Amino acid sequence: MIVELGHFALILAFVVALVQMVVPLVGAHRGWRGWMAVGEPAATTQFLLILFSFAALTWAFVTSDFSLRLVTLNSHTDKPMLYKITGVWGNHEGSMLLWVLILALFGAMAGWFGGNLPDRLRARVLAVQASIGVAFIAFILFTSNPFWRLEVPPFNGQDLNPLLQDPGLAFHPPFLYVGYVGLSMSFSFAVAALLEGRVDAAWGRWVRPWTLLAWVNLTAGIALGSWWAYYELGWGGFWFWDPVENASFMPWLIAIALLHSAIVVEKREALKSWTILLAILAFGFSLIGAFIVRSGVLTSVHAFANDPERGVYLLIITGIFMGGALTLYAARAGVMEAKGVFSTVSRESALLANNVLLAVATFVVFVGTIWPLVAEMIWDRKLSVGPPFFDMAFTPFMVALAIILPLGSIMPWKRATVGKAMQPLWGVLALALAAGALVWTIQTGRSIMAPVGAILAVWLVGGAAMDLWTRTGRGTGLPAKLRRLRNLPRADWGKAVAHAGLGITFWGIAAMLAWEIEDIRVAREGETFGVGAYEVTLVDVREARGPNYLTTMAELRLDRNGRDVATLYPEKRYYQVAGMPTTEAAIDNGVLRDLYVVIGDPQEGGGFAVRTYIKPFANWIWAGAIIMSLGGILSLTDRRYRIGAGVRKAPIPQGVPAE
Amino acid sequence: MIRALALAAALLAGPALAVQPDEILDDPVLEDRAREISEGLRCLVCRNESIDESNADLARDMRILVRERLAMGDTDTEVVAFLVDRYGEYVLLQPTATGSNLILWIAGPAMLLIGGGGAALYLRRRAAATPTGASGLSDVEKARLAELLKE
Repeated sequence: MIVELGHFALILAFVVALVQMVVPLVGAHRGWRGWMAVGEPAATTQFLLILFSFAALTWAFVTSDFSLRLVTLNSHTDKPMLYKITGVWGNHEGSMLLWVLILALFGAMAGWFGGNLPDRLRARVLAVQASIGVAFIAFILFTSNPFWRLEVPPFNGQDLNPLLQDPGLAFHPPFLYVGYVGLSMSFSFAVAALLEGRVDAAWGRWVRPWTLLAWVNLTAGIALGSWWAYYELGWGGFWFWDPVENASFMPWLIAIALLHSAIVVEKREALKSWTILLAILAFGFSLIGAFIVRSGVLTSVHAFANDPERGVYLLIITGIFMGGALTLYAARAGVMEAKGVFSTVSRESALLANNVLLAVATFVVFVGTIWPLVAEMIWDRKLSVGPPFFDMAFTPFMVALAIILPLGSIMPWKRATVGKAMQPLWGVLALALAAGALVWTIQTGRSIMAPVGAILAVWLVGGAAMDLWTRTGRGTGLPAKLRRLRNLPRADWGKAVAHAGLGITFWGIAAMLAWEIEDIRVAREGETFGVGAYEVTLVDVREARGPNYLTTMAELRLDRNGRDVATLYPEKRYYQVAGMPTTEAAIDNGVLRDLYVVIGDPQEGGGFAVRTYIKPFANWIWAGAIIMSLGGILSLTDRRYRIGAGVRKAPIPQGVPAE
Repeated sequence: MIRALALAAALLAGPALAVQPDEILDDPVLEDRAREISEGLRCLVCRNESIDESNADLARDMRILVRERLAMGDTDTEVVAFLVDRYGEYVLLQPTATGSNLILWIAGPAMLLIGGGGAALYLRRRAAATPTGASGLSDVEKARLAELLKE
């Protein structure tokens, strides 16, 4: 019964979304206040209905209601409770329901916290947001309904894909979706602004926190996914340039570009039409991402709900929204007249360079991702575009970005000179080059990657620190400087922290790729062997039983200079219901290195295949990503940028309730 | 075709893990070369994995093939050419820069030129623009201001 109510609530939400799409839009066009006012209550109602619907589906999963097709396909009574709940979005239908839930939440938030928006703009934003809701709820109801019952319910379910039964991956989708869907808010603001025919500093200020909220979550989601790949796939890779990874990476890159260009709109009233275009494209890439993940047109490691028919539907949604928005853009962009005047060397131009680099980098990823498809369709060439291409074609843009970043972020608005901007940075540059030289001498004869990584990392982190320091004024005493530092706006802190985080990620990637040590061998129980500076002993291998799997668990002891460092228990699991084996690497996390061991198959002549990796600075990759997100959150808590600044006092909800 | 591959991948992917101890060549120089080559070759039945990373049986066969060719004295290019001959260019993770693929390789730099050029033009226009637009006054207000100044 609850399930049917959930189904009904979803249909009702569809109707409410239709009303929310039409009535405020007409109201805004005609200037009818009453009609415009429909937007907010409709958005709230739509959100509550979908929330109920989502809760109903969760209920079905928690109580293992196997009369529901979706639960049968993705759950099992023995599955731990955590994964029963996360299993709700561990499949296509449920994840789409989560998608529309977040979409409706963003719409409702725009209604709740948008009190300081002009009525007309708010009505239009809510209407555009609702139109996206209409498209996706219809998609769920007609092609991916999670509420279908089975005529003959089985005794038990078929279990969730074991790879998804993992805390890292369990919470990866909600973050990612808040990111993807959050960008719909920027899209709605962009389309509303185009309908208004007006973009000003206030618009830039309103659109920024939404984009920032989306970006923070997207960053966290991507980092979680990459961290999961690192420990779960069994050899410590963290990024594969897989189509589905690229699908999340492209909106992330465009969102960064958008965040930076929106600053120019807000402070200097320039780059307006470009910012609008970025806001449209950011969500466009989210839609393309949804299409890539769910249609299966590109082979990917994410074997997740591939269905060509759904793909066509999603392609139509993408086409309608992008086609519509871009047509509107073409018709109206000319109206957006820039006001600010600035010289060729200025913060504005640095931000423009940032945008060019990010946009072109995104374009490279996009072309590389769809190239196999294009080549097969047009020239009938069956080919692959893999990591070697992306490493070569994408990395230079990021290096260029890192080089100009500290300089650009320290430049004043309107008019600057490179010499003056470099003044506080010469010390940082010297330090960075010294760090590079030091790394170079430590590791003579190995790849150039680590020294370059060191230079860029020190340059970014030092530049961020110097950026804050110069804000404290000249010639004052240290206590006064520190006091000023503390009182700097949160947004300034957020900027410096996020930029430093990027530097840390750079260092993690460069050091790990350059200095990784790998050892693959057959070891017998009791045998000791050396890997790098460590002595590894395979103590014991035994069989055990988990809640819904069988496991072969090894015990390995790692010593360094005769001192015990860690005892690790890598596993090979076999999930009986799904009939699927998985590898559970065991990792000793450290600040300077990760020790990573994997147990393989028993060998014919006795013993087991054992892989040992020493991964220097691995954790810095994700630590940097977390620091970047924290920078975003800091900036989000700045009084000036709060969603609906001055209207409410409660903190902004981060992320989304994981029902 | 893609679905067939996906299915094959699901069937073939055993519990074995990437490079096995028994595959490794005794000569470390040769083994290093083998690793480098196999990182650039796609496992044909997998979803976007190199044969170096893949668990599939076919990837294992291909890894062994690479090592056999190396042991026979082939150069790196000869080994890759042999595999491309056998499996088609689908096996290359880094597409060749020939024929229509040139578009793929040139796309990035070309876009950078276009984007950079556009940005430079925009910057020049902004630097040359008269700052009157920044006054934030409407035409009526400007007219009134002009009137006031005349008086």
